[in-house]
Amino acid sequence: MNRRKFLKIIGGMAAGAGAIGTFRFLAPGEAEALIKSSNIRWAFLVDTYKCVGCGMCVKACKLENGIPYDAPVTRTWVERYVILKDGDVLADTPKGARDGFTSPVTEGRQVNPADIDKAFFVPKLCNQCDKPPCVQVCPVGATYRTAQGIVLVDRTWCIGCGYCIMACPYGVRFFHPVYHTAEKCTFCYHRINHGMTTACVQACPFDARKIGNLKDPNDPVTKVIMTERVAVLKDEYGTKPQVYYIGLDRNVR
Amino acid sequence: MHTWYVHGLEWTRKELFVYPNEYIYWSIQIVMYPLMTGLVAGAFVLSSLYHVFGQKDLKDMAKFALVFSFALLLGAPIPLMLHLQHPLRGFFIFFTPHFTSAISAFGIVYMTYALIVAFEIWFVYRVFFVQQVHALEKKEGMGAFLKRLMYRVFTLGAYDLSEKAVAKDKKVIKILAGVGVPVAAFLHGYAGFIFGSVKANALWMTPLMPVIFIMSAVVSGVALCMLTYIVIMEWKKFRAVKARSTTPGMARYEQLKGAEADLIRKTSRYLIFFMIFAFSLELLDLIFRGYTAVKNWDILRSVIYQRDYVDIFVKQYLIGNIIPFLLLIWPRLTVRRAAFATALVLFGVYMMRYNVVIGGQSFSLTFAGFMDYVMPVIPHNMETFKEGLLGALTVAILPFIFFYFINKVIPAVPQSGGEKA
Amino acid sequence: MSHTWKPVFVVLAILAAIFIARTIIVPPKFGIWESGYMYGWHNKANEQFWLNYKAKYKGRDYCNGCHPDKYSAIMNSPHAIIQCEDCHGPAIDHPDNPPKLAIDKSRALCLRCHVKLPYPTSHRNDLPGFLNPDEHNPGIECVSCHNPHSPVLGGMR
Ligand code: HEC
Ligand code: HEC
Ligand code: HEC
Ligand code: HEC
Repeated sequence: MNRRKFLKIIGGMAAGAGAIGTFRFLAPGEAEALIKSSNIRWAFLVDTYKCVGCGMCVKACKLENGIPYDAPVTRTWVERYVILKDGDVLADTPKGARDGFTSPVTEGRQVNPADIDKAFFVPKLCNQCDKPPCVQVCPVGATYRTAQGIVLVDRTWCIGCGYCIMACPYGVRFFHPVYHTAEKCTFCYHRINHGMTTACVQACPFDARKIGNLKDPNDPVTKVIMTERVAVLKDEYGTKPQVYYIGLDRNVR
Repeated sequence: MHTWYVHGLEWTRKELFVYPNEYIYWSIQIVMYPLMTGLVAGAFVLSSLYHVFGQKDLKDMAKFALVFSFALLLGAPIPLMLHLQHPLRGFFIFFTPHFTSAISAFGIVYMTYALIVAFEIWFVYRVFFVQQVHALEKKEGMGAFLKRLMYRVFTLGAYDLSEKAVAKDKKVIKILAGVGVPVAAFLHGYAGFIFGSVKANALWMTPLMPVIFIMSAVVSGVALCMLTYIVIMEWKKFRAVKARSTTPGMARYEQLKGAEADLIRKTSRYLIFFMIFAFSLELLDLIFRGYTAVKNWDILRSVIYQRDYVDIFVKQYLIGNIIPFLLLIWPRLTVRRAAFATALVLFGVYMMRYNVVIGGQSFSLTFAGFMDYVMPVIPHNMETFKEGLLGALTVAILPFIFFYFINKVIPAVPQSGGEKA
Repeated sequence: MSHTWKPVFVVLAILAAIFIARTIIVPPKFGIWESGYMYGWHNKANEQFWLNYKAKYKGRDYCNGCHPDKYSAIMNSPHAIIQCEDCHGPAIDHPDNPPKLAIDKSRALCLRCHVKLPYPTSHRNDLPGFLNPDEHNPGIECVSCHNPHSPVLGGMR
């Protein structure tokens, strides 16, 4: 066998491999059918009036989802905003509020209660965007949006380039301290698909967090989102975030 | 529980209000990466000057620049690999490329470019390979056998050394050298796109980014080639002085000196031109941001004019742009002055990469807090090695080591004196 | 054919190698799924991994099966809104594993809610608590006086 022949065979095998299809491609009709087949679109509702900053949600999230408890990264966190009468805005989130807020000292400043105009807590988590920039920039297809609108990461395929972390305007992504792949809130995918609610929603004593299905008009969360005044974070990025906030202040970052 | 570490924790210092998951995720390796690809592109452009535009006096330089750019090219993915949390999965980029990501283009653009350079080298050295195979035929021993086998593989079975065949080689080299220039520019422009398209980052997001990257790539590449050229010519002059009495065929000292100064003056004009272009683009970007002053300008201003003032205005613009620019346009440019100026230019381009990559992460997504990159100097684990001073030095030195070995097989360092010309 | 075409075969060989390696290494279910190429390019099988991930928090109805005293106590107290696992940690497979859940008697646990933060517009303002907890029986565990499962002021220990 001469080289030419050999190369031809290799070329043929390559073409064959391509034809067999390493990848599954769906015909447009097929894909449409799949999208319609899902009658679930998960969305989250946060009431910033109700949140007291106890941090039980952060604690529950870390323990439920196996993020090393003392690692300074977290899938969800709670921020505190203290807006003073002189216009200063103080904000912090010590340890992501894993241990709650047990001191009035904010950003290192002892605040006199008489100086406060308003102050509140804002829980944060992945917005499970309709147009997730993190997914758009993944070079290998290791992160993706499911039919139910939830963005997941494939821990066996992520190469750890960090581009998705850079692309997220909300700062919800980080590298898992043990697996060293991109990590993010999954809305407790394993719970909500098995009839449970998310760990953070369950842990919240004050009903500040709720999760619901946007495609179900009778879902209480959907009703609030549809009939009351809600806001989302940083919609100027065109990401179409799906975590809705009641009482979101203009000072919230 | 498993042992764990948080990527970025060791070299990030946070200030004021920063989201908990924010760290300097892209550190010194990502500064090195565009610097390296920039040098690749610049070196290649220089070698193309000879092949495409027939700059005769660049003949030896062209070979050197071509092989050197290949060595740099082999080094270019290393900062990326060192930066990946799962380096061994890096090749997934070839298997399941996701083309909505700027990074996924890396696999294809890089391969295309690497192949163009490799094949240009092949065409340039084909005659040498064949000669080598014939020369080694007579030699005995395992070493010679293996060496001959290697050169036989390198010939790819093309032993035809007829005038017609060699002329064909020349033609193909010209085509490859021509095609390679836009591909090199693309390789680099897309590196700029990786940053410019990150809409979450206020400093990076500008359509000017790819153009700025290409311009500074050409600047750094030309500067590096001028510098290496000067170093090599100085070495030649040194040899010429030493050998003046003994080797009659060798080029004379004065001859070399004249040729060197002439070429340096010529090239420095290109350098000045590209420097003006790069500088104006960056200035335009800055002025535009200040004038439009959108929401993120407050935080950008405090980064640019306060926190990173020295890095941006003193190190990058003053030492890296303005001073070398003045040195270069000042009349009666001497070789020594040019060498000093090009070294400053290289430093300036490094600072520019640094200020983009690290500067872009030095403020928080909250627009209300800051992060500082504290480069790990003495490593105490793999992470602090990779993302610290030693990792950066490794990346900077490796291409020279590659070049050393490649040069053993494919001699590319210009021979001393004029005996080859 | 001219020798100048030789490199093309090298390119083809490299492409073939990538194709073959790809068929072996890429999981069979890798492809474009429901969300299209931009957002749905992934290995479908990975969704199963997240679906099968083990839930660790069980909720208090589960506790009620074996600790009905605590359950009924807390449900008739001001702490009725607090989940058992907020204070005791996730059940996981309790009582098989772990056989006992943690008992956190620290003051820090209670102070997550009972430090008074006078924040207008926030519910935190409404909770009973202390602006300065160090003035309320410092150094003594809260549970040595208050019953966490029934923190009524009348029924102190
Ligand atoms: C299937 C029965 C069962 C269920 C359900 C159960 N437990 Fe237990 N629990 C036990 C047993 C048995 C012990 C061990 C008692 C002992 O050894 O004194 C125990 C011990 C404990 C202890 C430690 C008591 C001590 O004295 O140290 C705590 C706290 C506890 N359980 C909390 C919970 C909580 C919270 C839940 C709900 C998430 C729960 N248990 C659900 C059976 C159960
Ligand atoms: C506000 C925090 C808190 C909540 C909510 C809570 N516990 Fe407890 N629990 C404690 C503390 C603190 C102790 C230790 C009390 C002590 O030593 O007196 C304790 C002790 C226990 C014990 C073992 C000791 C004993 O007194 O027998 C059990 C069992 C227990 N809790 C079960 C439950 C269950 C079941 C629930 C939910 C229905 C629950 N706890 C809710 C804080 C809490
Ligand atoms: C998750 C938040 C939370 C935690 C943690 C918590 N509590 Fe409470 N506590 C509350 C709420 C809410 C009330 C009820 C306030 C009301 O009814 O207005 C309350 C009420 C009380 C009361 C009654 C106050 C009154 O005026 O009647 C006492 C005493 C008390 N808690 C003690 C404790 C102790 C001791 C602990 C620690 C074991 C603890 N709490 C942990 C939220 C919490
Ligand atoms: C030495 C016993 C003792 C300890 C320890 C103790 N308390 Fe109390 N606590 C009391 C008594 C008595 C009262 C009711 C009288 C009062 O208001 O001072 C009370 C009242 C309270 C109230 C109601 C205050 C209000 O304004 O309605 C709360 C809430 C409370 N305690 C929480 C705590 C917390 C949280 C801790 C631990 C940090 C704690 N206590 C430690 C004895 C104690």
